[in-house]
Amino acid sequence: MTGITAASLELGQIVAEAEFALSRDSLVRYAGASGDFNAIHYRHDVARSVGLPGVLAHGMLTMGLAVQPVIDWIGDPGRVLDYQVRFTRPVPVDAADGALVTVIAKVGTLDGDVARIDLTVTFDGSTVLGKAQLRVSVA
Amino acid sequence: MIVNPELVGRVFVPTEPYLVGREKIREFASAVFATSPICFDVAAAQAAGHRDIVAPPTFPVVIQELTLRQLLSEPDAGIDFSRVVHGDQRFSFTRPIVAGDELTATLTVASIKSLGGHSMVTAQSSIVGADGGHVVTATSTLVVRGDE
Repeated sequence: MTGITAASLELGQIVAEAEFALSRDSLVRYAGASGDFNAIHYRHDVARSVGLPGVLAHGMLTMGLAVQPVIDWIGDPGRVLDYQVRFTRPVPVDAADGALVTVIAKVGTLDGDVARIDLTVTFDGSTVLGKAQLRVSVA
Repeated sequence: MIVNPELVGRVFVPTEPYLVGREKIREFASAVFATSPICFDVAAAQAAGHRDIVAPPTFPVVIQELTLRQLLSEPDAGIDFSRVVHGDQRFSFTRPIVAGDELTATLTVASIKSLGGHSMVTAQSSIVGADGGHVVTATSTLVVRGDE
């Protein structure tokens, strides 16, 4: 904990911002760590055969990384009480150029010692997660 | 093929206990770009009051996945995996997952809704520790695309 208290926060305040440069290596690493070996996350031909533009990042990878700047801010992953997202847009990861994902975290609501943090997660100018919210303990 | 509406309310058998290893947490944490020392360093985790290193908040998906496999392979479910898209995801914690936990998950089909020819299946996996105490509930909505 880094001295954050509910009283020190304001609605709408940006508490964390970060950029993540995804590469195909990131997707293979996540596949191995998570056990999600769906081939659309590492094989262009398979992705194309099911009508996708190309290899996509795992939605759960995007969800997993988007919360990290907030954890660095609150100082402890154990302070996350609840975390939810809606997968609204895929993140294609180019073989050469990868994909740059941007995260902005703001205070959504304050309720006692619990803050709702709202995430704006974008790729190529569009949001890729909807209703991306977490509740964190700021006691 | 449509999703069997009789699945609603069905409770699956609990999964075999999953022992959460330190190196698994470190591997998963690296893969989601975690940098918190509490996910990697036992001394840092213990200094913060945890028994051992703490898994990132999306780690429960590894255990939830075992239950989703049960659902997708249920003979009368009518869920064609090649038509499944992950719609949304939620994790609600009673306490964080730490290395050494032995976790068991039980899936309940919470609801099935039809929307424009697609089926939205909401599956809730309750994950408990070796003492039976609740750790986290992982909830997914799977969108099963209808015939085009």
